Amino acid sequence: MTSRTSEVLKANKAAGNGSLIGYFPAGYPTLEDSIDASIAMCKNGVDVLELGVPYSDPVMDGLVIQEATLEALGNGFKLKQTFDAVRAITAEVDTPVLVMTYWNPVLQYGVENFARDLAAAGGAGLITPDLIPDEAREWLEVSDKYDLDRVFLGTPSSSTERMKTACDLSRGFVYAVSTMGITGARDEVDANARKVVAKVREASQTATTAVGIGISTAEQVLEVNSYSDGAIVGSAFVRAYAQGGIEELTEKVLELSAKLKN
Amino acid sequence: MSEQNLRSQVGPYFGEFGGRFVPESLIAALDELEATYNQAKSDPSFVAELAELHRTYTGRPSIITEAKRFAQHCGNDIRVFLKREDLNHTGSHKINNVIGQALLTKRMGKTRIIAETGAGQHGVASATAAALFGLECVVYMGEVDTERQALNVARMKLLGAEVVPVTTGSRTLKDAINEALRDWVANVENTHYLLGTVAGPHPFPTMVRDFHSVIGTEARQQMLDEFGFLPTALAACVGGGSNAIGLFHAFLDDQEVKMFGFEAAGDGMDTDRHAATLNYGRPGVLHGARSYMLQDEDGQTMESHSISAGLDYPGVGPEHSWLKDLGRVEYRGISDAEAMDALRLLSRTEGIIPAIETAHALAGSVKLGKELPAGSSILVNLSGRGDKDMETAGKYFGLLDAQKEA
Repeated sequence: MTSRTSEVLKANKAAGNGSLIGYFPAGYPTLEDSIDASIAMCKNGVDVLELGVPYSDPVMDGLVIQEATLEALGNGFKLKQTFDAVRAITAEVDTPVLVMTYWNPVLQYGVENFARDLAAAGGAGLITPDLIPDEAREWLEVSDKYDLDRVFLGTPSSSTERMKTACDLSRGFVYAVSTMGITGARDEVDANARKVVAKVREASQTATTAVGIGISTAEQVLEVNSYSDGAIVGSAFVRAYAQGGIEELTEKVLELSAKLKN
Repeated sequence: MSEQNLRSQVGPYFGEFGGRFVPESLIAALDELEATYNQAKSDPSFVAELAELHRTYTGRPSIITEAKRFAQHCGNDIRVFLKREDLNHTGSHKINNVIGQALLTKRMGKTRIIAETGAGQHGVASATAAALFGLECVVYMGEVDTERQALNVARMKLLGAEVVPVTTGSRTLKDAINEALRDWVANVENTHYLLGTVAGPHPFPTMVRDFHSVIGTEARQQMLDEFGFLPTALAACVGGGSNAIGLFHAFLDDQEVKMFGFEAAGDGMDTDRHAATLNYGRPGVLHGARSYMLQDEDGQTMESHSISAGLDYPGVGPEHSWLKDLGRVEYRGISDAEAMDALRLLSRTEGIIPAIETAHALAGSVKLGKELPAGSSILVNLSGRGDKDMETAGKYFGLLDAQKEA
């Protein structure tokens, strides 16, 4: 099974470059705005897009993303519009688009239905923050059937055995959770991040891994890329958009990706 | 269906319900909790310590009161028995689980507990145990609930706990749980999440049920010893479902005993303002477990509505979902108005003021008694006392008006 996502990360690495994975919520503040923002991110330095599905109970997210996704829901975001957004973004750019979603929306849509419609829209796969491999039987099956990436989480507290499972079953990359906590900018990316990536390398010779949670500066993006296959940035982009719309978001993307490419 | 082994279920699944739908960051803590709990429950010293605390601190066993004057309103020749969890220290059943989990917190070497609370009963019980065991305690409570349960906020603060009003989402119990989960993810190393109901990821539904099963175990023996028979039916209110499963569990394999759970129907079962998860929800994943829940077609959690802060929750414990689908327990809705009538009725017929949550079970019993054959008996879990609800009840019945105008 091939993954364009991991190919992009590996190709950047091979060329001596780093990778930037950027999060933006679908439907924020409106569907059209979120499509424009996502395309701008992809055109200005984001290598993989993480498109978030707004959800009523986002327990892994800090205040910045909570407020944005609740605003999207308040503006009438519907789950099906996720596919409209993926279709519109992938029509404009080649960037792999992963959908980040809590599990209940997928469950209610039907796991296979969701996979089918995501694949048809040109989506690359799913990042599932509250679905551990132990509970993912159906998703493992249908993601194989539709050739979709599935990104599971590895954390500072994951046992060796669980990290191996995450590496074996993830496709695209393993989401290395940098710190014990929820999304949101932090002054220092935890020393734990290096340990988590080291655990991934120990568990698998082949798995690609990107570090997320707490990353908001160009220095952090660069540092994380020195020992992993990519840096994941979310809250910093959402905050930039909230403060200055697509212009400030674009500036932030340029700023964070500037030093990554030779 | 086989009714012979319903009591033996230990999770993580109850049929298709339950599981662990949480971020990987919490799995190590859940594994540690499960291992600690399994070790403790087969350790005679733990069992003895818990029993001794219940005897000398909680005030167990709780008594059974026959409600003869109340029963006259429950149909022809019906006997009603009340399992008096309201007489426990802190005023509700919640202390049963809290003492158990506080002991486990000590065993795990953790120094801080966090808890969510709706009506404030679980928060008060948690703050109480934290004081007793010298633990740091933070309670997350929806802002709406801090307003309607101000007295319990004061109690928690007096006991030394920090109360954090939650201002996100619907600002009720659901959002307090989200906030507690976020805290836990960040502080799991020194913090135990002392979840207050039989919901959440495994092992919580099983463990919390086990700690509350003392209610039914005592009540079953008391019925046999004091009255010489088992009740025709059991009645309990259901929000997350902890007091209900605590009463039901010991009776699950007594096929002749019928069981009824009463959910909050809010403005009424014919409206969309309710918290009747098992009646109007459908299976989904919320707060770490697969269970019935109130949700829209996209799987977004819907807001629940109830005059009772403790029942105002759009989810329910997975074991209840399983018992509903098996048909072992029947779940019905009780409106705000019906519950408040029953609250006043018990107060005036028995001199016992129940919590508004509990009043749902009493209202259900008034209706149920009229359906049962003469000579039947109903055992109601009187899960909490109504002191905390005096402001709500005072306003509802207009008891405070004269005072305000003066």
